[in-house]
Amino acid sequence: MAIATVNATRMELTRLKNRLRTATRGHKLLKDKRDELMKQFLDVVRENRALRKKVEEALMRAHGSFTVASALMSSEMLEASLLYPKQSVELDMTFKNIMSVNVPQYTFHTKTTDPGEIYPYGFATTSCELDDAVDALSGVFQDMLKLAQIEKTSQLLAEEIEKTRRRVNALEYVMIPQMQEQIKYITMKLDENDRNTTIRLMKVKDMILKEAIEERQEAVKEALNKA
Amino acid sequence: MYKVAVLGDRDSVLGFKALGLDVYPVTTAEEARKKLHELAKEDVAVIYLTEQLASPLQAEIARYKDEVKPAIILIPGKEGSLGIGMENVTLAVERAVGADIL
Repeated sequence: MAIATVNATRMELTRLKNRLRTATRGHKLLKDKRDELMKQFLDVVRENRALRKKVEEALMRAHGSFTVASALMSSEMLEASLLYPKQSVELDMTFKNIMSVNVPQYTFHTKTTDPGEIYPYGFATTSCELDDAVDALSGVFQDMLKLAQIEKTSQLLAEEIEKTRRRVNALEYVMIPQMQEQIKYITMKLDENDRNTTIRLMKVKDMILKEAIEERQEAVKEALNKA
Repeated sequence: MYKVAVLGDRDSVLGFKALGLDVYPVTTAEEARKKLHELAKEDVAVIYLTEQLASPLQAEIARYKDEVKPAIILIPGKEGSLGIGMENVTLAVERAVGADIL
């Protein structure tokens, strides 16, 4: 472990204790963030699945009509009918903040609001399946846009959750235990130093006492000899 | 103002032209890759890509996954759904949770 590099000083101990406090607080906050993100994410994903299923089904129906139309009409004719669209779509993108993840919100504007304006061709020379196809596509477009918004949201949230989860795990299983171990190491080392000092002091005291006693005995002996 | 683009084989995407979306018919994966990068640099917020073209372009799609713009959304082409779009939803769950819990 990284213990070998730690200085066993009081200053280091205070620093580590402060870091541990910050890390624990950060860990708690990130964990809360992860839980909330997860809650939001699961809602989004459920919606995403349902919407995707719906859009795929609707698109398949539109493709069906379109295939029939292209079988009934010559490809040049078909292309000429669709070549110059009356309608045009522009997208506005705003952002919504979900737990500090910026997710896009789309709103679209069409050039004309009349629903009959989506057919860019005259009805005389085209087959009615083409009308069906265009109608089906315009019906599904709103959902497709919603799908885009939700799918992007779920992708961005997934990324953020992954990041947050890694951070939480790194703090929980690496940073915090490591710091706790370092703090323990320093405290034990400092305690050991304290005990060392006490023992040394006791020894010194013993030695001084012994010397004093010997001196006293010497003095007593001398006095006895004189007498 | 952003645009919406549709990328795919001619028959699958032609219909979107009537709706006023920007349609780019491509035939090969190489062509699609080039167009995709080109569109990503422009003011395109959403790119609809047919699943048939998406399978050889996984790396490119993954690259734009974590960016806000463009959103690359897979749609079934005229041959039908390959299930890649749905699979991506499951992959997102796996990425976030670590396992497919739905």
